[in-house]
Amino acid sequence: MLRVEGLSKRFDTVAAVDHLSLDVYQGEFFALLGPSGCGKTTLLRLIAGFERANAGRILLDGIDLAAVPPYRRPVNMMFQNYALFPHLNVEANIAFGLKQEGLSRDEIAQRVADIMALVKLETFGRRRPHELSGGQRQRVALARCLVKRPRVLLLDEPLAALDRKLRDETRFELMALQRRLGLTFVIVTHDQSEAMIVADRIGVMDRGRLVQVASPVEIYERPNCRWVADFVGNVNLFEGRLGDDGTSVESATGRLRVAAKIDAEPGAWVWVAVRPEKVRITHEPPPDLENCVAGTVVDIGYLGDLSIYNLLISDGSRMKAAIANSGHSTERTIRPEEQVWLSFLPEAATALTR
Amino acid sequence: MRKLSAFNLMALLLGFAFLYLPIVILVIYSFNASSLVAVWGGWSTHWYAELAKDAPLIDAAFISIRLALVSATAATILGTCAAVALTRYGRFHGRSLLGAMIYASLVLPDIITGLSLLLVFVAFSIDRGFWTVAVAHTTLAMCFVAVVVQARLIDFDMELEEAAMDLGATPLRTFVAVTLPLILPAVAAGWLLAFALSLDDLVIASFTTGPGATTLPIRIYSAVRLGVKPEMNAVCSIMVGVVGIAVIAASLLAKFNPARRKRAQF
Repeated sequence: MLRVEGLSKRFDTVAAVDHLSLDVYQGEFFALLGPSGCGKTTLLRLIAGFERANAGRILLDGIDLAAVPPYRRPVNMMFQNYALFPHLNVEANIAFGLKQEGLSRDEIAQRVADIMALVKLETFGRRRPHELSGGQRQRVALARCLVKRPRVLLLDEPLAALDRKLRDETRFELMALQRRLGLTFVIVTHDQSEAMIVADRIGVMDRGRLVQVASPVEIYERPNCRWVADFVGNVNLFEGRLGDDGTSVESATGRLRVAAKIDAEPGAWVWVAVRPEKVRITHEPPPDLENCVAGTVVDIGYLGDLSIYNLLISDGSRMKAAIANSGHSTERTIRPEEQVWLSFLPEAATALTR
Repeated sequence: MRKLSAFNLMALLLGFAFLYLPIVILVIYSFNASSLVAVWGGWSTHWYAELAKDAPLIDAAFISIRLALVSATAATILGTCAAVALTRYGRFHGRSLLGAMIYASLVLPDIITGLSLLLVFVAFSIDRGFWTVAVAHTTLAMCFVAVVVQARLIDFDMELEEAAMDLGATPLRTFVAVTLPLILPAVAAGWLLAFALSLDDLVIASFTTGPGATTLPIRIYSAVRLGVKPEMNAVCSIMVGVVGIAVIAASLLAKFNPARRKRAQF
């Protein structure tokens, strides 16, 4: 439905968006995830019409938006700082967009009332933005966009200004709202857990390019490169040469095996990626010495539900393991300075070729 | 706050005395019963009553007020446009030069502004009168308006305009419905400043005026040349009052920001 083709935007000599192509489908919750300065907000502003592209096209329902000014695009944007009109009360803020459409007074009143009920702001209609809490302002900003019934709603870091607890709740509210209204949402965020929770699909961005576009599970379990693996969550990487059988890697810590066949020439440099929570720590060497590394515990970070173990392994590099504190473990506890064995299943590891 | 030392207090008092003593004396002497300016003859509002009978002076006052209303309004519109253009449209070619040029008439001696405008009117053989003075005052005041409005626009949140456009408002609607209400205090302050400037300008007006457009300051100046009459003290006191109120109101408005109100509570 929304299609971006070969889009480029340069600021002076820096390419904020670089030959980027993307498809967003009807009714989808799409997240653009990337570190700050990767061009994700610029992409959003290009779609909204606040920036002019140097090259490429943006198509909405097959129509090129290049010649359409921002005020005629059936797209609305929720700003990071909400950009509520300080001189208007909540009701007038929400009605602002409908007034521009020249709708009748009754219809505006009806739609504003409906949307205020939807975001639970009924009793705040007469308040000014400065008399609201952060969470309430966020909902006004959302309502102001939703009331326009946009084809695509663009959200620029919609939860960044909220405190943590409120952010967690609002994520689920946002998802529920999107499903209920069947709208297409494109959210921009630098917070990977936020993207993972809310989105149907995630586009991971780096330096103006989309590195990987896939479902949250796919991104986490099968990242397509080291950069994505490292940016989304934590990862242990082992560099090595691919063996002749296509599934084993000769690394400095010994032979490692992965379950899926690696798409590379035998002898090529590849990386084996293992998430910390998929690493097992044992005091005794595991029975089949496969995917097994000896190491020393350097320190332990206790997070309550999890403990993060920092380990020094035999080839001199560092490794991380995350173990759930399930509480009924009969095993002997692991202490710093202890000699342990680290192992993982071939199914738990992913091979990366770049 | 630190306590003022004796020296600082002294400096402050002297400074303000220097600034305001002549005005205070003017106002006090406007209530002088004596017909001799320098001789105190007791309190009286006699000269204010006398003013009301002075038809040419009243005419001049009305001309001045009309002139101030017209030129302040024109200067506010032009000055606001200039300020918007200078802050809004990013870095266009020659932006900083234009920005500096706005200050020209703030620092240019009135004599030069007056003379150059006179030359323009003569060169284009425009009959001098009310409208030429109005144009001259607009020229003078629009720079002051531009500076006041620009100060407000600099910390204006551009995202508000983007949000308005995103919600379907054309650029013109955005300006009328969002930008203007938010900068209105500064615009009003600029108008009052322009009004006060026009009301008390003598030099530019005397260069550009013509028959039938004698402003109050010109009338007073010509009257005083023939000797200071206590009546003039009265009319000047009234002007001090009007201009003072305008300037105080302007500075209060310039500080007032609807968006900032109560922001402190967060």
